[in-house]
Amino acid sequence: MLVLVIDTSSAAVTAALVDVSGQATVRAERVTINARGHGELLAPSIAACLSAAGVAPAELRAVVAGTGPGPFTGLRVGLVTAAVFAATLGIPTYGVCSLDALGDAGRDEPALLVATDARRAEVYWARYARGARVDGPAVSRPAEVPTDGITAVAGQGADLYDFGVPVRPERYPPPGSLARCAADRVRARAPSEPLVPLYLRRPDAVAPGAPKAVTP
Amino acid sequence: MSSDQPLVLGIETSCDETGVGIVRGTTLLADAVASSVDEHARFGGVVPEVASRAHLQAMVPTLERALATAGVRAADVDAVAVTAGPGLAGALLVGVAAAKAYALALGKPLYGINHLAAHVAVDLLEHGPLDEPCVALLVSGGHSSLLMVPRVGGEDVVELGATVDDAAGEAYDKVARLLGLPFPGGPPIDRLAAEGDPDAIAFPRAMREDGFAFSFSGLKTAVARWVEARRRAGEPVPIADVAASFQEAVADVLTAKAIRAAADQGVEHLIIGGGVAANSRLRALAQQRCDAAGIRLRVPRPGLCTDNGAMVAALGAQLVAHGATPSALDLPADSALPVTDVLV
Ligand SMILES: Nc1ncnc2c1ncn2[C@@H]1O[C@H](COP(=O)(O)OP(=O)(O)OP(=O)(O)O)[C@@H](O)[C@H]1O
Ligand SMILES: [Mg+2]
Repeated sequence: MLVLVIDTSSAAVTAALVDVSGQATVRAERVTINARGHGELLAPSIAACLSAAGVAPAELRAVVAGTGPGPFTGLRVGLVTAAVFAATLGIPTYGVCSLDALGDAGRDEPALLVATDARRAEVYWARYARGARVDGPAVSRPAEVPTDGITAVAGQGADLYDFGVPVRPERYPPPGSLARCAADRVRARAPSEPLVPLYLRRPDAVAPGAPKAVTP
Repeated sequence: MSSDQPLVLGIETSCDETGVGIVRGTTLLADAVASSVDEHARFGGVVPEVASRAHLQAMVPTLERALATAGVRAADVDAVAVTAGPGLAGALLVGVAAAKAYALALGKPLYGINHLAAHVAVDLLEHGPLDEPCVALLVSGGHSSLLMVPRVGGEDVVELGATVDDAAGEAYDKVARLLGLPFPGGPPIDRLAAEGDPDAIAFPRAMREDGFAFSFSGLKTAVARWVEARRRAGEPVPIADVAASFQEAVADVLTAKAIRAAADQGVEHLIIGGGVAANSRLRALAQQRCDAAGIRLRVPRPGLCTDNGAMVAALGAQLVAHGATPSALDLPADSALPVTDVLV
């Protein structure tokens, strides 16, 4: 029961093939750290996974995609790729909050903070109790993130800001965890889900004033 | 596949329309477009992030609508073409990623093409193949150029001249704004101009007699000064006359230069493409002057002039039919792609 896993919510351009029949087993993965390379790197990464595993697209059961939150431009590359790839093959798509994959990787922690880079001196964050999300996702200044009682922090935000607790090794959503977060839905053949990006911020746009006069 | 009549799907997301078109050779089978124009109207121009969000949301539904309209399955197409530039960087990326996913999932060749060349090639869907060289006048929201085109849909294009400041469509949009008309400005000015006097105000015709470059910024400023003077004097602004006189100045310069370029290049055909080619006065004046000069004019119907996926598919089909080399899967989106780079 092979699924294609895609996540472009961070600087990690992530593609993987994961077998979710039993424990999520990663059959092939390509993770490249390049915050501006999603558009160019993702499709070749998927092609590389398919050829490394000797798998044809028609053998895939579903596409699992990280829906963010994350910087918008890169995030959209992953989501549109997942949606069109699945639509043309007639297979379902399942969305996973990208922070949940980091939460899953830290599921032995009683109180985990996941924080990723939201640029503009902010982080995207969520809190987890043994893998289950209990707060977030949200976007805040690091100082405003509720850190009371946390036992560890994961995600790239931990490299950028000091949250005063031990830092776990996971920086980016791990492919196996992304697949695990959707495995029940894949196995149950749940209905396909629209992949809705978690933007958490409105577009920057201001309505213009009256046109400027040209006559002095 | 029948090699000279390939079935090609085209994806367009360079600005605010999500377009998916399907053609067989020069025959149009489907032209599905979802526009986010209403979401931009209150900002007086396209907001890139709003456009990109809308592209993501509309992509799969628009794709499915195009396939259903054409009555073909996704796996039936021979190739996928996509606008690789020029346009808004974030918006282009959505279409390029979508096209790559389609090509990769079904093992189809991918062609990253130039949006501006597609504005010209779309005419093949309206008027059929053209086996002779032509001059193309490309007039859109972001570009205004005169091109020498040895073969429509071919990889060779020579730019004879381009605007040195504003594009023609941009001038329409700016003049509309100062007249208090909605965005985009072309259609409302076109409508109002029909009720006005094109000779009421003698607006300047920059560089009409020399070279093949254009300039529309001075015209826009002249319109602004004229309107401001009226308002300061407390006099009413005859909007229809301003629209008609502005439109006449634009159409006059564009057609005069296009005819001169065709004569200069010794070609018998002129194609006009891009959103401004939908303009009623430009079409009428071009026809009149082409008839007088013995040049055959081809302008696609207004619906095909503004951005759409069919134009991308039309250009893609020509490239496939002539054995062009497909693009690689790491194809970049290039917001500033030069008009002479037809295939990336
Ligand atoms: N009837 C019309 N008369 C004049 N201008 C028009 C008309 N209809 C549309 N336009 C203009 O065409 C432009 C849109 O054309 P188009 O969609 O080709 O531009 P674009 O795709 O935004 O720019 P580009 O093709 O240069 O990237 C707008 O500026 C609009 O005002
Ligand atoms: Mg255009």
